[in-house]
Amino acid sequence: MSGSDVTRDGVEGARPGRDALTGTHAGRRRRRRGRGERAMVPDAEFSSYYGRPILNRPTWKPLDIAGYLYLGGLAGASSLLAAGAHATGQPALARTAKLGAAGAVSLSLAALVHDLGRPERFLNMLRVFKPTSPMSVGSWLLAGYAPLTVAAAAADVAGRYRLVGAAATASAAVLGPAVATYTAVLVSDTAVPSWHDGHRELPYVFAGSGATAAAGLALVCAPVAETGPARRTAALGAALELGSFRVMKRRMGLTAEPFERGRARTLLRAAETLTSVGAALGAWPGGRNRAVAAVAGAALLAGSAALRFGVFHAGVASAEDPKYTVLPQRERLAAGAREPGGAPPAS
Amino acid sequence: MTDDTETPVPGAGGNLLSGPQPEPTRAAGYPDAPPRVGFFTDTSVCIGCKACEVACKEWNAIPEDGLELTGMSYDNTQGLGADTWRHVAFIEQRKPLGGQEPGVGHESVDVFAAAGALGTSPSSPGPGATAPAPGDRPADAPGDGPAAAAPAGEISPVAPEGRTELRWLMSSDVCKHCTHAACLDVCPTGSLFRTEFGTVVVQEDICNGCGYCVPACPYGVIDQRPDDGRVWKCTLCYDRLGVGMEPACAKACPTDSIQFGPLDELRERAAARVAQLHSAGVTDARLYGEDPGDGVGGDGAFFLLLDEPEVYGLPPGPVVTTRDLPAMWRHAATAAVSLVALAAVSFARRPR
Repeated sequence: MSGSDVTRDGVEGARPGRDALTGTHAGRRRRRRGRGERAMVPDAEFSSYYGRPILNRPTWKPLDIAGYLYLGGLAGASSLLAAGAHATGQPALARTAKLGAAGAVSLSLAALVHDLGRPERFLNMLRVFKPTSPMSVGSWLLAGYAPLTVAAAAADVAGRYRLVGAAATASAAVLGPAVATYTAVLVSDTAVPSWHDGHRELPYVFAGSGATAAAGLALVCAPVAETGPARRTAALGAALELGSFRVMKRRMGLTAEPFERGRARTLLRAAETLTSVGAALGAWPGGRNRAVAAVAGAALLAGSAALRFGVFHAGVASAEDPKYTVLPQRERLAAGAREPGGAPPAS
Repeated sequence: MTDDTETPVPGAGGNLLSGPQPEPTRAAGYPDAPPRVGFFTDTSVCIGCKACEVACKEWNAIPEDGLELTGMSYDNTQGLGADTWRHVAFIEQRKPLGGQEPGVGHESVDVFAAAGALGTSPSSPGPGATAPAPGDRPADAPGDGPAAAAPAGEISPVAPEGRTELRWLMSSDVCKHCTHAACLDVCPTGSLFRTEFGTVVVQEDICNGCGYCVPACPYGVIDQRPDDGRVWKCTLCYDRLGVGMEPACAKACPTDSIQFGPLDELRERAAARVAQLHSAGVTDARLYGEDPGDGVGGDGAFFLLLDEPEVYGLPPGPVVTTRDLPAMWRHAATAAVSLVALAAVSFARRPR
């Protein structure tokens, strides 16, 4: 309507320089903003369908699913602390961790059911067992794990059925680490570029993040005299989390970019700072003070939550930009064409 | 934790996570399955009429999917989703159609003279006659740069830059019914299943709307219907297949751009069509998704495209995400062990 008309006498109504040229603008790679540490890949151009995403956006609600990633890690690692404290005779730490695990996993279940499009059909999750579906594996894990944590916490609070409580605590500590790390497989086993490409390191990131969260809860709630293991867990967990995350981003290349942009960047920077500060305060000798321990614990809890939400939002952002779908696939196809040995190995 | 195959069906061979798998229906547990069927969408004859979209909506009673005008092209459907199981992409390009003369460059031909000379000497129309000679340019219209006008005597779509070539690509996109379907692999309820025809279908009475299949699909096909909560996608008209009818979209396609049939036969037909187009000078023609050795083990619905897949909004080299799942489980197991070790070290030294 607003364009030019072509007539026998030539072009009428042309406005040179004003016409949108098809295929010339969409997908031109934006310049990296800010002073990035390094250009991860050279600038590349790619085609797209009017810049529209290739993948469908994940329909998971951020509060439910990123919240679940966080609470699942908190619960799983808390079960380990609970068992350790139970075995080494630190009752206050054990009670904090047991209650924390039971509370976190209960909230997790509520969030997971709430996220379903048909919440009344949540029991369909236990209709089959499929190792190819991390969500099916996770459903069965939680079905076994959640009652154990509740039993362990109930026995501790009631002060009765000590043998049952001890057995439940030990069993929860066996399943807990799986609950804390399988969530990485849950998000990695998708076509979302920034989640899938991190599938090697993300379980370690989530393991470390779960450890810092559980340690944070212990630092906030347990008496200072019994927080020694939690302080060491916090330091080791923070090192594992931040170290693996760095390795992951370095190896991922282009698909690590969404971690450095927008909301994900803010959240992940906050996570890094809060986790480092929390772990440092915990390790500091002056941290054997109720108030300092509480601050350190709160920072660790917040840092772990920020990490999960940051990873979640980065994944969603990577699904929404066709660049992260097209360019890595093009690179892979080009590499495959160079060496005619077939598909690259699975891991 | 490190299982890398689905529970094998006795006597049916394993269901692989990736790589060539000749008989997915057999691997899925149908010993006497009919031949695997699918679509071959030949976009070189698609005219963008969207009869497939309409037929699909009517037959499957799909609700309205938004009445927006995108302003980007004739495509207001935008993409596949819960309420769009066929989507006709529309692309305008400044590229010539292969082997076709787009009606420019006939400086020595005057069509009116040729028309006047019809029946006398059709093979040699003389120059001159009604239109000005090609060298003469009439005065340019005010405001028009010299490059903006078409040379007199020619009817040609001349762009301001002087480029004269344009083509429209139209392509009807659909669920690919992958050999290794990520949506099916990750579905925790067993709602998604492989039919005896080798297609992938959602059982709506089982789906609980967990949404896992949505980010798992490497093509962005399946999606959740917000007001309903469940996920929906193309069923390849499972109900029609059951009574020996072809899917509604293929039935409605007026140019046979959408062809339905046994996959083996479609692959032969597609190879012949590509060869035909190549010999006609359309060197851009290529098949997409027909190779059983690709990242999804070949698509049940594949395409003949005239440009790179990403131009049509298709991923250039999709890989089923579960190909890496055994590695993921291994890494998760190692990470869980690391977490246990971390906790053990933390408790190794008693405080005080």
